[in-house]
Amino acid sequence: MIRKQTDEVHPSEITPENVYLNRRTFIRIASAAGIGLASSVVFPQILYGQDRWQQGKKGPYDVGDEVSKFKDITTYNNFYEFGVDKSDPSENSGSFRPRPWTVRIEGEVKKPTTYNLEDILKPAKIEDRIYRHRCVEGWSMVIPWRGFPLADLIRRVEPTSRAKYVAFETVYRPEEMPGQKRPVLEWPYVEGLRLDEARHPLTLFAVGLYGKDLLNQNGAPLRLVVPWKYGFKSIKSIVKIRFVEKEPPTTWNLLAPNEYGFYSNVNPDVDHPRWSQKSERRIGDFLKRKTLMFNGYGDQVGGMYAGMDLKKYF
Amino acid sequence: MPKKQWEIRILKPLVVLLALLPVGLLVWRGLAGELSANPIKDITEETGIWTLRFIVLTLTITPLRKISGWAPLVRFRRMIGLYAFFYGSLHFVTYIYLDQYFAFDEILRDVIKRPFITVGFAAFVMMIPLALTSRNIVAKWMGGKKWRLLHRLVYFTALGGVIHYLWLVKADTQRPLMYGGVLALLLGYRLWDYFRLRRVTEKPIPQAKANPV
Repeated sequence: MIRKQTDEVHPSEITPENVYLNRRTFIRIASAAGIGLASSVVFPQILYGQDRWQQGKKGPYDVGDEVSKFKDITTYNNFYEFGVDKSDPSENSGSFRPRPWTVRIEGEVKKPTTYNLEDILKPAKIEDRIYRHRCVEGWSMVIPWRGFPLADLIRRVEPTSRAKYVAFETVYRPEEMPGQKRPVLEWPYVEGLRLDEARHPLTLFAVGLYGKDLLNQNGAPLRLVVPWKYGFKSIKSIVKIRFVEKEPPTTWNLLAPNEYGFYSNVNPDVDHPRWSQKSERRIGDFLKRKTLMFNGYGDQVGGMYAGMDLKKYF
Repeated sequence: MPKKQWEIRILKPLVVLLALLPVGLLVWRGLAGELSANPIKDITEETGIWTLRFIVLTLTITPLRKISGWAPLVRFRRMIGLYAFFYGSLHFVTYIYLDQYFAFDEILRDVIKRPFITVGFAAFVMMIPLALTSRNIVAKWMGGKKWRLLHRLVYFTALGGVIHYLWLVKADTQRPLMYGGVLALLLGYRLWDYFRLRRVTEKPIPQAKANPV
């Protein structure tokens, strides 16, 4: 069989342009994937970027800031009941049992009662809210909490007219909370809010974050979230709520009254005696950012402190 | 030059390796993503605590040598002291660069206004002349007496380091107090040793007994 020799390339032999381009794309993607895989073996932190919370539509209380990583929120904690290091709560809270759980509500209320957690949660409208969280130590996160406004619960328990403050208490279980075996702080941990602060629509009772139940290290099964105050005000693993007439004692204030005030509103103009509060490092960022008055919630909460000398009532 | 003892020849590289282990481990943890969510704080704390550990370690050499009577031990004192300075410098640079990112107005305010930073800064600054005069040739040039006097600064650096640590913790003072306790022991030994030696030298030289009559 004689074939006509020709230099001509038959059209069918030419790789069509789209295939050719696809191959380029394929190579690019494949090599990127290869590099990605290889570097995530060497630098596994690259993978952590993939567990970000996806909020549906932005609610009225959500901040637009980028949400912190789940791993950061659940491994970098101050919860002295489990130890003083940031990694202690996630490492030492394995034997803590958040169920069954009861909450005692007492003091200036119509009907002092001990509630099962389920009875508190049944009528509650649970929602997701993205809040800023500012620690007094100068770092911050953005956390998608799951919970309900404390105001709803307060309405249900009907405080009397003498109630001016709300006091909260953390559970005391040294057998399950190894940090409580040493008197680093006065146990149990106690906190408090003025009644109007407790009733503010931003004040949340959280039962979860990232769409899941709270982990032990984050204050399971029930904790307070007050986003315009330093983190230590947001007391964890609450077992007692007491409505009172006078300003209740609070744990960090008892330890160092000149360093931690009852109000502890985030305030860049009032320095902690030992460090500046002007700026903060958002976890995951390299450069610090300016700290905002009331942690950026000034429009919503500023009115409650009108006329108060915030340098005196820090 | 005198021939080095074999112990020194074997032990020195070993001590160098051990002394570099903490910073090596820190770098490894950083690359492996095993630092916490706040790596700058981890680096600050890690370099800080190792500075204090090396300061305490360099202060244990002399008592250990006196008690054990093993003279070559003193050959490690300078090296360990220089590692204290090395970790102190890392700690300092971490603060200036990673933490404050050269915000010198903030840094100045910190040094003036925050007692724990003031004392930590002073402790670091006091290490600088010690590191600069660490070479034998400088010591010879200065004269032993002056050199030894200058190097007593290390006691104040150590004290400053412990106070720096104590004043920065929020509630749990157990760890800084532990370092304080060890330091008190080490400085206490020196005090005791000083008075013991003075007593010995002040004792009249025993005279030959008079011949019994």
